[in-house]
Amino acid sequence: MDTIAAICTALSPSGIGIIRISGEDAITITDKIFKSPGNKKLSDAPTHTIHYGHIVDGDEIVDEVLVMLMRGPKSYTTEDVVEIDCHGGILVLKKVFNLVINNGARPSEPGEFTKRAFLNGRVDLTGAEAVMDLISSKSDLARKNSISVLNGVLYKKIKSIRDEILFSIAKIEAALDDPEHMSLDGYEEELASNIHKIQSDIDVLIKSYDNGKIIKEGINTAIVGKPNAGKSSILNMFLNEERAIVTEIAGTTRDTLEESVTIDGLTLNLIDTAGIRDSEDVVEKIGIERSSKAIEKADLILFVTDSSKDPDNEDDKIISMLENKKSICIMNKTDLPQEMTVQEIKSHFEGMENKPEFIRISALTGEGKYNLIAEIKKMFFNGEISFNDEVMVSNLRQKNELVKAKEALDKVLESIDNAMPEDFLSIDLMSAYASLGEIIGEEVSDDLVDKIFSEFCMGK
Amino acid sequence: MENNKNNLTIETDVCVIGAGHAGCEAALACARLGFDTVIFTVSVESIALMPCNPNVGGTSKGHLVRELDALGGEMGKNIDKTFIQSKMLNLSKGPAVHSLRAQADKANYSHSMRETLENQEHLTIKQGEVCEILFDEDGDKKIIKGVRIFTGTTYLCKAVIICSGTYLNARCLCGEAITYTGPNGLQAATHLSESLDAMGVTLRRFKTGTPARMDKRSLDFSKMEEQKGDERVIPFSFSTNPDDIQKEQVSCYLTYTNEETHKIIKANLDRSPIYAGIIEGTGPRYCPSIEDKVVKFADKERHQVFIEPEGLYTNEMYVGGMSSSLPEDVQLAMYRTVPGLENCKIVRNAYAIEYDCLTPGLLTLSLEIKGVSGLFSAGQFNGSSGYEEAAAQGLIAGINAARKLQGKEPIILDRSEAYIGVLIDDLVTKENLEPYRMMTSRAEYRLLLRQDNADFRLRKIGYEVGLVTKEQYDYVLYKDEKIKEEVDRLKNTFVGSATKNQEYLESLGSAPLRTGTSLAELLCRPEITYENLSFFDKERVPLSDDIIDQVCIRIKYEGYIERQERQVAAFKKMEKKLIPDDIDYDAVSSLRLEARQKLKLFKPLSVGQASRISGVTPADVSVLLIYLASIGK
Repeated sequence: MDTIAAICTALSPSGIGIIRISGEDAITITDKIFKSPGNKKLSDAPTHTIHYGHIVDGDEIVDEVLVMLMRGPKSYTTEDVVEIDCHGGILVLKKVFNLVINNGARPSEPGEFTKRAFLNGRVDLTGAEAVMDLISSKSDLARKNSISVLNGVLYKKIKSIRDEILFSIAKIEAALDDPEHMSLDGYEEELASNIHKIQSDIDVLIKSYDNGKIIKEGINTAIVGKPNAGKSSILNMFLNEERAIVTEIAGTTRDTLEESVTIDGLTLNLIDTAGIRDSEDVVEKIGIERSSKAIEKADLILFVTDSSKDPDNEDDKIISMLENKKSICIMNKTDLPQEMTVQEIKSHFEGMENKPEFIRISALTGEGKYNLIAEIKKMFFNGEISFNDEVMVSNLRQKNELVKAKEALDKVLESIDNAMPEDFLSIDLMSAYASLGEIIGEEVSDDLVDKIFSEFCMGK
Repeated sequence: MENNKNNLTIETDVCVIGAGHAGCEAALACARLGFDTVIFTVSVESIALMPCNPNVGGTSKGHLVRELDALGGEMGKNIDKTFIQSKMLNLSKGPAVHSLRAQADKANYSHSMRETLENQEHLTIKQGEVCEILFDEDGDKKIIKGVRIFTGTTYLCKAVIICSGTYLNARCLCGEAITYTGPNGLQAATHLSESLDAMGVTLRRFKTGTPARMDKRSLDFSKMEEQKGDERVIPFSFSTNPDDIQKEQVSCYLTYTNEETHKIIKANLDRSPIYAGIIEGTGPRYCPSIEDKVVKFADKERHQVFIEPEGLYTNEMYVGGMSSSLPEDVQLAMYRTVPGLENCKIVRNAYAIEYDCLTPGLLTLSLEIKGVSGLFSAGQFNGSSGYEEAAAQGLIAGINAARKLQGKEPIILDRSEAYIGVLIDDLVTKENLEPYRMMTSRAEYRLLLRQDNADFRLRKIGYEVGLVTKEQYDYVLYKDEKIKEEVDRLKNTFVGSATKNQEYLESLGSAPLRTGTSLAELLCRPEITYENLSFFDKERVPLSDDIIDQVCIRIKYEGYIERQERQVAAFKKMEKKLIPDDIDYDAVSSLRLEARQKLKLFKPLSVGQASRISGVTPADVSVLLIYLASIGK
């Protein structure tokens, strides 16, 4: 395969920047631009060694670098890989990168190093799947989750559940073939209680999908409110938050324009019912209909009210759309004299089952915004976003297999209830076992191969 | 042999080496398909000999016999003619594990099979030891040319089927007493191994054993539990009319070992050839000797011992569950601790037998041996144990040898079609380190592979092969139609909630009806039988028992059957991903070394088969799948 190169670190001012080159010419290309003090060639150097020297463009020294040499197959891609540790300046990094390209490498496509690792068998299917998640993940937390899938946190959890199921299958099967030495007297009750335990473990994983999805894709957040309540000011307050990383997302799958903002690991995909950064004039013209659409697809609704005025029936129209939704009622404009009390606005939510929290904010001064962020975290992550040993399922395929496993175990319980002979129990135990195996790649499923092949191996 | 001036040469189509349960099926299949066949045996008296247990069938083995019968084999018919007791096992469990087992009159079984062979057109029986397999070489490919027997006579043929059982370089051990004979003191085959080895067919050593036979008059049956046969005997063969085989049956007896027995065994383990290291062959884990059981299940206070008649016209009784290779003095002492055996007289001692069999990796799914075109093998030579396992392979090897001569594709049954498929796939794909015994747990899809539906699964194949008559196959089609009609009728006949109906259900301990319940729904209740339904079902037409059984199974277990069918569909996907013959595993750069070696050795036909080879991990399988996708397969 041809030789590819990429700048692996963020293009931002930092202490160090890394360029990775992989392919059969990786070493010869580097030799053309790298000069060590003793003029030693990388092509003569042993694998897995680090070399000090300079990147040169003709006679001109571009940067002082460390070069890491990893010959295949013991490298990430299993090909010859060279990594150049440069100083982190954007200009220097770009200059070195251009030199690498000019000497015969091609800029890599997103995920191409991993694609090679996968095609060369270095990463298995679930690993590849996690890497795909990694590439498409938006936030730091999502990245951490993918990495922990790669490192096998999910693997270990599923494996231990599978082992328990396998033990039950083995016991039933052994008793079928050797009834003299293996008895299943009273085993149904023990099995039923094991299954309940296994199912609750699986439930935890299934539920983690919702969190995992939010971590991976962000919380779809709609900002709604009557004209002049201050929706755009709230939006701008998030976008201007100094700790926020703002990314623009092309609205490929969504019909509204949106921006994504990450604060303290929390990613909000902000859907402005008026269109982001449109002028106030336009906002005035936006009707209830637009709000209702946004509310429909949002995970979280920020309902903005103007607390310098009394609530009116325009507020009520929006409130009526919030039933069964996660929402927060923002009482904006605390910088003005207050007319609206919490009690008063609360009374407008009379009869609604899940009443929102009420938070006073001044979008203008920023007062109360941290309370808002804290409240969002509380709603979605029980107050803290942690990603240590907690296993999270962030992939729909994996979640579906978990659901299948759980349903198969329901069938086992049903068989036990109906006093079916024990040989029937293993049919559905096997199904559960297989579904869980597909999550961790111990059962190779054709569908996963197809999916990965299409997503990962396009453009070959 | 070098000085032998005999240059007699005889031409035939197929040579079958060995006339045990594998050899008989193989030879009959070839001859019935029109090929001139010679079957060689060291002794005509030992045709279809049962040198170990006096029964056919049992858990999962009964399935094999039924499948073999559906395909047109002989074993089922022969045991139907010669059984002296019959029992459907596991009736308290689900229909998937119901298994038929019949006690045979051993002598009669053997005579009856010999008679079938003797009267089979195109088949010749020849007494003589085959010493050499003859072949031509075409490049690195060997092609079967014939066999030579001990007298020097050459038989030229196009296919050879090795069914040598436990005879190759056989050695029998009874404690310190060692004889170089085959089972029952019969002559061992001492030349063939060398010839095979010379042609690259490498062999290994396996071991098996058999318990003592005792004089019935010396046993006290009052101390044992009597075990009778079923009142209504179900035949093994789908072509046997059940009414024709109902007869008076003999009983078996159950007794147990005890701590005294175990004490004697433990005290003498050093005199057991296995534990003393004299036996090099590996024995079957699932048919262990009593020494093995005592060592492995040390906390078990007792083990079952079945006393079974060897036939109607002999006093010999088989002592099931107590095979042993301990010396005679220890054997006698140990047997005499068992209730009922206190005064036993041993007619034949228990012994262990060691023999040569094929090393793993040389067999293909058609049962042809790799690298030698036209050389097939079946039975214990392939590393299995048991009469039924042998017979099933014999039939398939015979069919495929014949099909090779016909220029047709081999018959390969997969794991979702038959226990025979599971058996052969396991023998071909797995490195079994001990004699392979069929077991229910080896079949993943056993709810579909029931003994009661073997005809639905396999009659069609048997008919296409040419071993099943049109009439036999038509009956399956007729039966299937009747079953479907009846299932349909029961699903669409509804029962009202009239008081008399509710009272009747109550009398059966069943819950009251809601309106609009179909007969099929009622039949799904565990406590309701087809017979019970007649109370509500006035339009019923009488159906035969086999049809009623199928109707009940299809209705009662419909959900389970559907789920298992989905599992099969997933399985088939991988079986259908074929690996090209000429695949270069070295080109699949990222296979692990062990996987690459195993794949080169076993040459799996499909990705599914590859995934079952030990040493090939799921990661290797995905690598293989990606590789195949990338080369457009």
